Amino acid sequence: MRKSDLHGEFFIQGNIACAEAALAAGCRFFGGYPITPASEIAERMAYRLPQLDGVFVQFEDEIASMASILGASWAGAKSMTSSSGPGISLMLENIGLGIMMETPCVIVNVQRGSPSTGLPTSWGQSDMMQARWGSHGDFAVIALCPKSPQEYFDLTVKAFNLSEQYRLPVFVMSDAVVGHMTEKVYIPPVDELEIIERKYTSKKPQDYLPYECEFDAVPDFAKAGDGYRYHTTGLTHDERGYPVMTEECHVKLVNRLINKIKLHADDIIMIEEKDTEDAEVIVVSYGITSRIVFPAIKIMKKKGIKVGYLRLITVWPFPEERIRQLASKVNGFVVVELNMGQVCLEVERCAKNAVTKLVPHPGGGMPQVETITQAIQEVADAR
Amino acid sequence: MPDDKSQQTENLHHPMEEYLRMDRMPHIWCSSCGLGSILTAFMKGVKQADVDFNKVAVVSGIGCTGRVAGYVKLDSYHTTHGRAIPFATGLKLANRDLTVFVISGDGDLFAIGGNHLIHAARRNVDINVICVNNFIYGMTGGQNAPTTPLEAYSSTAPYGNYEQPFNLVGVAAAAGASYVARWSALHMRRLAESVEEMTKKKGFCFLEVISPCATVFARKNKGGTGLDLLKGYKDRSVINHNANPQEIPLDMNGEIVCGVFINKDRPTFWENVLSGTERKVKKTNLYYHDSKTKF
Repeated sequence: MRKSDLHGEFFIQGNIACAEAALAAGCRFFGGYPITPASEIAERMAYRLPQLDGVFVQFEDEIASMASILGASWAGAKSMTSSSGPGISLMLENIGLGIMMETPCVIVNVQRGSPSTGLPTSWGQSDMMQARWGSHGDFAVIALCPKSPQEYFDLTVKAFNLSEQYRLPVFVMSDAVVGHMTEKVYIPPVDELEIIERKYTSKKPQDYLPYECEFDAVPDFAKAGDGYRYHTTGLTHDERGYPVMTEECHVKLVNRLINKIKLHADDIIMIEEKDTEDAEVIVVSYGITSRIVFPAIKIMKKKGIKVGYLRLITVWPFPEERIRQLASKVNGFVVVELNMGQVCLEVERCAKNAVTKLVPHPGGGMPQVETITQAIQEVADAR
Repeated sequence: MPDDKSQQTENLHHPMEEYLRMDRMPHIWCSSCGLGSILTAFMKGVKQADVDFNKVAVVSGIGCTGRVAGYVKLDSYHTTHGRAIPFATGLKLANRDLTVFVISGDGDLFAIGGNHLIHAARRNVDINVICVNNFIYGMTGGQNAPTTPLEAYSSTAPYGNYEQPFNLVGVAAAAGASYVARWSALHMRRLAESVEEMTKKKGFCFLEVISPCATVFARKNKGGTGLDLLKGYKDRSVINHNANPQEIPLDMNGEIVCGVFINKDRPTFWENVLSGTERKVKKTNLYYHDSKTKF
């Protein structure tokens, strides 16, 4: 495989940084469909993949795009697709297939104002719960939220690593601001990046069972064409990959799909904290909103309120443990997000007796500093 | 005597045992369904093409035919309803050494998955699609399909079907398929030959197989037993390789025109990618060595 030889410091758009990160991580198959504000990723991949002996296909819709990256992954390629709200809605069924078949791949959602067609050219964070629960059924997902083009690059590489390691589709949840923002991005030489490769089975075909592993583990992979002649299905299946329609098999499988993420959440979760140890109020944010809470925090600190800052880099799995720990020490949390209260529900669930105050905004704009300061004041005054 | 009998059964082997998941038998298909013979013909055809079975993958959607992927001892993928073709497209393009077959039903490939079929044919992706047409949704209990003949009964057409059906070979041909054929489940030798040709041929190949469904289609339409259906299909079948695929739609009682209607060479998707990009890509590579040059 030809490695990406692009490295150095660049002044580039977030979506371009994302595409370059995918290439640096070894992505060589992209299936996508145009949609604002995510099209730049597909355009960049269309330009770059042929240079690196990769495959770019613009499909007839997002359903096909999602199905194709699963197929490509089973052929051994690292694969990706990118879209925004309406397109992700179309992908959901096949995202479920990816989770069930345990297929590594990356889905970038450049979020825009929703619901429905919403605000195509404007931003939002209203697909957070869609990423978590959008496809039908119970499962665990991983979703990462970048706040800048540089982090967009870093987290896209990370997303590939996590998807290969845990064998599931991983979401990169950016938004129209981070996607279209132009900033300095440092792209390290490929050899200096930490890249995790898929674990292929070392067993002989006659000994190999495609889903044989412990209750919280990830099975070893075998790709098409290597003589393993395995079967895989979206139906409930046993370790042979064969459909088995029993309660016992279903309970075992669904639990493992959840356990392989849930019981390894500590290794997956990334959060950034400032001044949280002695805080009265902690402002929780993620992605682009984490950049607008600073003025409010500064103002309230001057007023003498101890305000902490907590940024979710991994939104799913949610850092339950950390929020619970902090909840026992603080007055409460202020959650700032560009939706009408999604991640806030998770904070509320873990905060128990601590106050949780939401600063919502449906997207297309940003909450005013005064709204955030007011919320901080309210939480500080509580109790 | 019983001992002798069991002895005999033990010594019986399916001729295609090597290529079937015998630990999954018996299969779920009804007696007199065409899928068993079609599967045998498929195996035979691939074997005749003399390719490495390790490099053959089967992708299916959902439905009775969708279960084929579960019974073949190949790399096999049982995917979502209607999405076998884009899954197969990804599989093929990411490993172009593979021979990829999509085996699915008429509802899967032409109703929910219709868009993918016409676009895969348009692109001329190098995959082979076998569409088993039984004129109805079997697994869900006999609902209307995009192939259900006009006035035929189904569980969602209790007064007879009032929708015009698709002529599958016509659609595939119009969308640009390189190979278009139609046989019935009774044309075992011809079927295997077509599978062999498709395995060897580059580009998007499409094969429609008319298959009897006694359990729901015949029952709803006074078609008798599975055997009666098969006999009917046999009597109605006419082989005409020169037929225009646009002019041979199927109905309840008319001729079933079979044959290989299209067998042409057209550049495949990947051939076009290579010829279209190779020279131009080499030029762009000059710009990519360090950050000081154009991004």
